[in-house]
Amino acid sequence: MRTMRHYFLVLVFFCCTAPHVHADDLLMVRTQQAFPEAMLALQTSIREHGYKVTRVQRIDIGLTGMGYKTDKYRVVFVGKPAEIQYLVNKYPALAAYMPPQISIFAEQGETVLVTANPMIYSEMIEDDADKILFRRWESDVYSVFDDIRAAED
Amino acid sequence: MSFLKINVIKSLFLLSILAFSLNVFSAPHGDELYGRYCSSCHGKDGKGGVGVPLALHSFINSVSDEYLVKTIRHGRPGRIMPAFLSLSDAQVSAIVGHVRGWSDAPAPAEDTTVVKGNAEHGEKLFASHCVQCHGEAGMGGKGTGVTFSRKRELPIIAPALNNTGFLAAASDVMIRDTITLGREGTPMTSMLVAGLSEEDIDDIVSYIRSFEKTAAELEQTLNGAGSESPVIIVDSPYGLDETVENLKQAITDQNFTLIRTDFLEHGLVEEGKENKKQVVLHFCNFGFLFQALSLDPRVGMFLPCRVTVVEKDGKVKISTINPKRLSKLFNNHELDEYCEEMYEAYITLLEDAIL
Repeated sequence: MRTMRHYFLVLVFFCCTAPHVHADDLLMVRTQQAFPEAMLALQTSIREHGYKVTRVQRIDIGLTGMGYKTDKYRVVFVGKPAEIQYLVNKYPALAAYMPPQISIFAEQGETVLVTANPMIYSEMIEDDADKILFRRWESDVYSVFDDIRAAED
Repeated sequence: MSFLKINVIKSLFLLSILAFSLNVFSAPHGDELYGRYCSSCHGKDGKGGVGVPLALHSFINSVSDEYLVKTIRHGRPGRIMPAFLSLSDAQVSAIVGHVRGWSDAPAPAEDTTVVKGNAEHGEKLFASHCVQCHGEAGMGGKGTGVTFSRKRELPIIAPALNNTGFLAAASDVMIRDTITLGREGTPMTSMLVAGLSEEDIDDIVSYIRSFEKTAAELEQTLNGAGSESPVIIVDSPYGLDETVENLKQAITDQNFTLIRTDFLEHGLVEEGKENKKQVVLHFCNFGFLFQALSLDPRVGMFLPCRVTVVEKDGKVKISTINPKRLSKLFNNHELDEYCEEMYEAYITLLEDAIL
């Protein structure tokens, strides 16, 4: 048992300290695909990574009438049921951010996707072992965004 | 503990060490790193958009590798460009190498010679020749470059010369050369051609360098938001249903439109099987939303506004995101005022709901 704990702790240490780069708190990708194609690529990749799209929220209703430049602005809510339930149950403060969101909007024939780096949620939890989850989410967001970039080639 | 389980854990451990080592020792690919971290603002081919058009020859041929490295490391606090602190030196170097590849000209060597001029005279010249684009005290052109917040036909927004990131990255000689030669393809024209002498230009450089005294103070103010909690959370003295009703009333009283009320697990689990003790209220003020998106379209990822009510162990908590903390994520100080206003609105809303 002690051996197992020893290996587990070292594993946690490496996962937490591995230099998996993250540029900053905001993750972004711009694709030359039009909005519908980018949205399709996003949802396909999300599902391939094992996540569920829980809702697609329109943000732009009424905005074009006010002079806003695009009528294609959506927020995609994403998560894995068991993980969201576990986190919200253990850390109710996280509920304000769950499920995580990715915004996607058209811009002059291109499409931009933005999300908060999931690592920012680490600030709200105490258990280091749970932080590994956010590291994986971060890695998955990068991977999804890589897929979207690759889809334009 | 079975022998098999220990072996599985040992294997996992060795695999993680191997993955760690590969991550550290594999040679970084500048094009991939650029694609991941830079292209969304600077464009796939370095033609710009939100960020500076790095491939512009008058730019890339006039800046040293050191300038690029320091710019990546320091970013431009409050001006969108983030500080990429967690990239390794090799990764930063690979990105610089990729950017450098857009020009056949060799990288100019960094010259750290201190330019000595008369800053007082430089201030007067700055007021007559530079303020129109670079703003009072070098605050930079209006708009921080995020699309929709400026006219797209403008190729570059005049940089904030009082920005700590800029001052840390740019040498005196680089600033002098830029003023002297201008930047072809941008609104920056040669001040030598405009009639200034070399001494005048040295004076302007000294004035710009004097911004360092106040720039650090400005950055400290901007960093203040980083100490804010990411979440605003209050205990409700009421039961879950009553708290939700109070919030609905408070939302209307605060001139927001309630969009919908649903369970946090909506869409995550089968309909009807959601946890009924976790409720989310979505609401919006469209005028406010328009202002925010016009300043920075990226804020949409925290919209529409929402308040979450969770009952656990008989206690009801109301939580929202903290806009003041989130403003830090965008590195756009034009958003700060809006986020402050939004923070106040959330606080009033929560206070009204638990009165």
